[in-house]
Amino acid sequence: MPLALKDILCIDGVRTTAGSKILEGYVPPYDSTVVKKLRGAGVPIVGKANLDEFAMGSSTENSAYGPSRNPWDLARVPGGSSGGSAAAVSAGFAPLGIGTDTGGSIRQPASLCGVVGVKPTYGLVSRYGLLAFASSLDQVGPFARTVEDAALLLEAIAGHDRMDATSIPEEVPPYVKGLESGVKGLRVGVVSDWVEGEGVQPGVTERVRAAIESLSSLGAEIGEISLPSFRYALSAYYLIAPAECSSNLARYDGVRWGLRAPEAKDVVEMNVRSRTAGFGDEVKRRIMLGTYALSAGYYDAYYGKAQQVRTLVIRDFEKAYERFDVLLGPTSPTTAFKIGEKADDPLAMYLNDVFTIPSNLAGAAAISLPCGLAEDGLPVGLQLLGPPMSEGLLFKVAYAYEQARGPVDAPPLWGRS
Amino acid sequence: MALDREQVAHVARLARLSFTDEELDRFAHQLSDILAYADQVTALATEDVQPTSHALPLKNVFRPDEIGPCLPQEKALSTAPEVEEGRFKVPRIMEEP
Repeated sequence: MPLALKDILCIDGVRTTAGSKILEGYVPPYDSTVVKKLRGAGVPIVGKANLDEFAMGSSTENSAYGPSRNPWDLARVPGGSSGGSAAAVSAGFAPLGIGTDTGGSIRQPASLCGVVGVKPTYGLVSRYGLLAFASSLDQVGPFARTVEDAALLLEAIAGHDRMDATSIPEEVPPYVKGLESGVKGLRVGVVSDWVEGEGVQPGVTERVRAAIESLSSLGAEIGEISLPSFRYALSAYYLIAPAECSSNLARYDGVRWGLRAPEAKDVVEMNVRSRTAGFGDEVKRRIMLGTYALSAGYYDAYYGKAQQVRTLVIRDFEKAYERFDVLLGPTSPTTAFKIGEKADDPLAMYLNDVFTIPSNLAGAAAISLPCGLAEDGLPVGLQLLGPPMSEGLLFKVAYAYEQARGPVDAPPLWGRS
Repeated sequence: MALDREQVAHVARLARLSFTDEELDRFAHQLSDILAYADQVTALATEDVQPTSHALPLKNVFRPDEIGPCLPQEKALSTAPEVEEGRFKVPRIMEEP
């Protein structure tokens, strides 16, 4: 089955842009491990998919090569940062896609485009050959139109890789095999602050409530839970991710790859002019935030505190999984927003990721799958969250719901109303 | 925490970026907004909480120090803007004496 690959994973001999001008003319001399595994599995890569520059964004508007659009409404964003992959799968350009999820960049576009998206456990899929954004959070994962396809694709790309020191040295279980075992007696914790929270669109709440009913009628035991530290997760993320980004993106200095500003009088001027010309505004904002948060006098107050919040988030998850097998909520507080709507307000854009970020901070697994259309006719994503290495469990719950839900509509892209 | 234009210019120097006056004002405003939101975490009482730099338990990964296949020099240099005698070439680093 053909696949659209987020243009932040290297293919030997094929131009890789990461949506950035700073990689102008960059042709990687090696394959990423994910690409190697896809070749081994006989999956043809039909194209490289657009993204927010270096995977920084929630709308795919931050690409130096122009925005991607949502197949459900071309005036709206597909989400991001893996918006190109999500839109390609939603529009039927390819049945499979690969994205990366640092703070929700697979799940949120999957939700906004009405497809399945999986954020695997940190370390389950090799990051070798992935251009790094925030190394303690980045994770590669699948997009597909069905849960079964997503499970098959994850089986194909997961597994230990000695080229990635953070790769988990464990066998990948066969996810597809356990898909049909049902949810009877399974304890599902509804994250109540998310379902009815402030800023959550009524149509999103309604669709998620209907999905909860459906799981309940399938025999799952439904309870409610509140996780107090989660309200600090977004703040912590927007300190940790920029800090790691400022360090990772120091390598784009005009020396080894990509854009170099001409006629600089010395190497520092060359670095400054190349970086200034090559990076877009959002990447610059995050480099600046990270540099500031890591600078002398602010490190403890910002970066140190954020790392402590990360511990609190992990503890809250651990406590929740004493009571529940999986947690459930919406993937995104709203359906797809209009192109340009949040472009000048970075903080409003960041708030899109409020339900997806905790799983990244905890290195845990989560999945988004379509649960119907909201009052505005746009797709809503149901998010299932589990502890690290719970992919098999999440696929099982997602599959049970998907079977009960029935097939979803295709986007009205080809002239249908 | 509000950032002024001079602080933004200072951070830009650290990050090897340069901004126009208009950009300095815009970034000062946007970064101040984001930091004001991030200040939620600075207010949190966390005395007894260990920081997490990595979510999952990780151990050092060791392997025997054996020579394996690696990128040939020509391929490693193939992506560089400027190359000379098998090396990356950059503009001058030091002043002429």
